Amino acid sequence: MEPNDLRQIANRIRRRDLQAVFEAGAGHIGGEMSVTDLLTALYFHVLNVNPDKPLDPDRDRLILSKGHAALALYVTLAEKGFIPKAEISTFLQPHARLNGHPNRTKVPGVETNTGPLGHGLPVAVGMAQAAKLNRAGWRTFVITGDGEMQEGSNWEAIMAAAQFRLDNLTLIIDHNRLQQGARLADTNNLMPLAPKLAAFGWAVEEIDGHDMVQICKALAPEAVTPGRPRCVVAHTNKGRGISFMQDNVAWHHKVPDETQYRQALAELEEAAV
Amino acid sequence: MKSSVNLSALHDCRDAFTQTLEALAAQDERVVAVCNDSVGSSKLGGFRDKWPERLINVGIAEQNMVGVGAGLANGGKLPFVCGASCFLTGRALEQIKADIAYSDANVKLCGISSGMAYGELGPTHHSTEDFAWLRAIPNITIIAPCDRIETAAAVKFAAAHTGPVFLRLSRVGVPDLLPENHVFEPGRANSLRDGSDLTLIANGVLSHRALLAAERLAEQGIAARVLNMATVRPIDTDAIIQAARETGAILTCEEHTIHGGLGSAVAEVVVDNHPVPMTRLGVPGIFPPTGSANFLLDEFGMSPEGIAASAAELIKRK
Repeated sequence: MEPNDLRQIANRIRRRDLQAVFEAGAGHIGGEMSVTDLLTALYFHVLNVNPDKPLDPDRDRLILSKGHAALALYVTLAEKGFIPKAEISTFLQPHARLNGHPNRTKVPGVETNTGPLGHGLPVAVGMAQAAKLNRAGWRTFVITGDGEMQEGSNWEAIMAAAQFRLDNLTLIIDHNRLQQGARLADTNNLMPLAPKLAAFGWAVEEIDGHDMVQICKALAPEAVTPGRPRCVVAHTNKGRGISFMQDNVAWHHKVPDETQYRQALAELEEAAV
Repeated sequence: MKSSVNLSALHDCRDAFTQTLEALAAQDERVVAVCNDSVGSSKLGGFRDKWPERLINVGIAEQNMVGVGAGLANGGKLPFVCGASCFLTGRALEQIKADIAYSDANVKLCGISSGMAYGELGPTHHSTEDFAWLRAIPNITIIAPCDRIETAAAVKFAAAHTGPVFLRLSRVGVPDLLPENHVFEPGRANSLRDGSDLTLIANGVLSHRALLAAERLAEQGIAARVLNMATVRPIDTDAIIQAARETGAILTCEEHTIHGGLGSAVAEVVVDNHPVPMTRLGVPGIFPPTGSANFLLDEFGMSPEGIAASAAELIKRK
């Protein structure tokens, strides 16, 4: 799919996400806006997945390890056809399958249940190892938040992936520089991320995580370094696309009021290609 | 009277575990073993020699080990995730909850050297909370086999069953109790001896001690039923209610804290259905002193004589 088409889809996903957060009165809008372009590129350009066969053994796997951005994943899965678009309006409603964090036993397209941070990457290492054992060509992708990289379990998995030479594994770090309570730099400063991953034996690339051309190129099979797991440090903005939310730590999981909602929607509509 | 328990031949259940695992792996290429630098203590050396590629050693990293197990299952493998029970369950509890149980991953968690098997290494290495921790999490079958025969049968069950299983395995030698052709049925207790005065319920390394205790009680004219309750979850509710109705008193013994383990699970069923006097033997809510597993079990009143004495006291409360 062409970059312009991807941008249009991402814009549509942002608008639907915003509306769902406003209507549900909850969500993690900042991190959802920062990860939307990555999810869009993955589902509409990179991943070999089929909504009609969500458990196809040869599908590519994607884990959204930053599970609190579940709504962005749900809207993307709905756009792709894994779940009905109308179902987004049930987000967080009693007994809805669209919980605040993704559940693989309920939502087709979800590979493992995430929510507690630092879980996705170890599971992704197991997936990639399974593909190697099966001599299968499918690839495994996992998206973590940058604050999430403070969880020690990630570094256990980072060591193992290098040891196992998992070149079929790609870690994408949604590097928006803000965590729930404050800036990374003021909390537990992991930056710079790229040299740390490189020191653990990973092939690392830094990109603009909102540039569709850069995202698609970085996630293409041609970008893989044989014998080494791949990390894409995607520089992003929390709240991307909505002026008063962007790069503002207050919008981790704040809900817009009616006026803010109207303004945010207008900004996104204006940005629609 | 000759004892039905042959204490002259004791077996390390880990051998039955790995023999069965290797037999399964020979037939089913989905079977893989995952461990945390525990090839020796999990007795996976033979498995590694036969299938080096299928032995996935993640190093000393239990959280990653359990997550990797979930990922392997997602990729179509049948992973047996093996580590010292204390570290597997304690260190990776949230991974067990989220990645395995809640995600319904088809992973078999094998807690090796469970209970107080590490004896003198001390409470850091004891796994006397694992029943309680895992019993509080939905969607995990929890099994503590009593001998090498039940171990082999439980491993076969785990492989055939789709869904999370926790196998609690010891390294402390135990005698054979079940017939060689025993088929494991989850959630079904095995009656090792019938009796009408009270029921002793045990599992793991305690089952043969309970049976020996019943023999001591018989010498005093007390007829004790003995149930081997390998599956702690789902527990055999019918057998417990029947024991309460027919024998009027229940004593549990386990290599686990008395808070939240087998005894608690039995007590929940008893209280809800047919209250009778109970005694729960186990680790009495303390960090055990230095000693071997067998010494500590005796120390906590779970020698055959100790169990018999507690049973004799219990039936006075009927």
